Amino acid sequence: MSWRSLSRTRRIELAMPWLVTIGMLVVWEVGVIAFKVPSFILPGPVEVWQALVRFNGPIWQHAGHTLFTTVLGFAFAVVFGVLLGVAIGSSRLVYNGLYPVLIGFNSVPKVAVVPVLVVWFGIGTVPAVITAFMISFFPIVVNVATGLATVEPELSDVLRSLGARRRDILLKVGLPRAMPYLFASLKVAITLAFVGSVISETVASNEGIGYLMIQASSRFQIPLVFAGLVVIAVLGIVMYVLFALVERRFTGWAMRGTQSATVTTGS
Amino acid sequence: MTHPFVHLHSVSLTYAGAEGGSGTLALDGCTMGVGRGEFVAVVGPSGCGKSSLMKLVTGLVPPSRGSIEVANAEVTGPLKIVGMAFQNPTLLPWRTTLQNVMLPLEIVEPHRSRLNRDKAAYVERAKALLATVGLAGFEEKPPYQLSGGMQQRASLCRSLIHEPDLLMLDEPFGALDAFTREELWGVLQEVWMERRFTCILVTHDLREAVYLADRVLVMSNRPGRIVSEHTVSLPRPRTLETTFSKEFVEITHRLRDEISRVRKGLDPVAAAPEQAA
Repeated sequence: MSWRSLSRTRRIELAMPWLVTIGMLVVWEVGVIAFKVPSFILPGPVEVWQALVRFNGPIWQHAGHTLFTTVLGFAFAVVFGVLLGVAIGSSRLVYNGLYPVLIGFNSVPKVAVVPVLVVWFGIGTVPAVITAFMISFFPIVVNVATGLATVEPELSDVLRSLGARRRDILLKVGLPRAMPYLFASLKVAITLAFVGSVISETVASNEGIGYLMIQASSRFQIPLVFAGLVVIAVLGIVMYVLFALVERRFTGWAMRGTQSATVTTGS
Repeated sequence: MTHPFVHLHSVSLTYAGAEGGSGTLALDGCTMGVGRGEFVAVVGPSGCGKSSLMKLVTGLVPPSRGSIEVANAEVTGPLKIVGMAFQNPTLLPWRTTLQNVMLPLEIVEPHRSRLNRDKAAYVERAKALLATVGLAGFEEKPPYQLSGGMQQRASLCRSLIHEPDLLMLDEPFGALDAFTREELWGVLQEVWMERRFTCILVTHDLREAVYLADRVLVMSNRPGRIVSEHTVSLPRPRTLETTFSKEFVEITHRLRDEISRVRKGLDPVAAAPEQAA
């Protein structure tokens, strides 16, 4: 589909995210100049951009590392989250046993756990992966469990009266039905995973964007700190869009205009 | 035929109430029999336990007291080869209409193990069935692109594809407009006359009951039990013209009277002096 063939409103819709971003940057730059804010308190976007260009080499290297730890932790979260979600969503016994524990676990601030992880695993990649895992795991579990637990009783009646086993019902109805919930949670979870790995990097690592930012701020290179923030934001958006595309590809049936099954759990 | 195909023997069902509570008595001493190949409709005031009856017969819920037999065997767990359709078509939105209709074949033996080998033959069978209810050409459409009436036709196909001996219908046309509903009565009658499966239809539409059934059973107010029965001997195939015939109107009228008496908690049939009048 070419740009010209789109209707006027659709073109404006597509341009909106860019317009808003550019608008924000302009307000920021103008504000910094107008109020003469010193660069070590709040650098303007131009200065941040200059820092991005100037430290381009180390930024790429650290960003690559952060992306790696985040995706690894997230991958573990998807595998265990789906397994545990299926267990919780399909068995009342498991639900009753594990749900309170999970909520307690999720309420613990992850930044408080990082020092313990450092004692166990030393500083570096391992605690970052585990933190990313811990923080992105919960929304996946809750969403998969919700998708399974809200299967229409009439539908499982139809299948049971055909002699379906529990596994049949799970495979034919439960899991496909939980897919939109899973993908909705993946979009939330991937952005949370970045939060997790960067937290861990700022506390205990020699690598990653978090480490870079801590180093920069201790040397009062505030534009570089902001450059790090921008890199994380961009990585987050890219991963989000990636999963949004996968979601549309696999669960188009759930997005037919009216409503999509979405249970969002913030952190 | 010495023994009915479906036989309920003074069945009671109590739904567990809140802890310590006495629970709700949905059915009490319900006795009924349905012969093999018979089409029976169950009518009654709303909330009289009609849907509980469906769950009991299919073995989805065990009775609190009494016993249920289907095909000379006591029902102890979910029956394996029943077709069911509800007011809500409950089609799976991620499957095409054809795949939805073929769902039971993926579960019921012996089709389950043959499905992969004889795929083409089964697809043909499903398409043929869809064609009989007027859905030819809609096989590859997802269900949400079909109208309510079409979804209900597809749901009916899904309940029949594995050629069940027993079909249970719980107000299958309840959510449709009057015209579509009457059209689907014709479709259902046609399929039934061709295959002669045993069918139990739960409905609150008296005209629907009389149009479709060989026998209409009237249920009492909750706790439900069968309080009267009417044999409908109108010739088949019945048409919409039949619904305006004298006999049809009389039976419907009598059913209506009985149900309004039942709703007030009275005996279904008026006392003798009134009847003479």
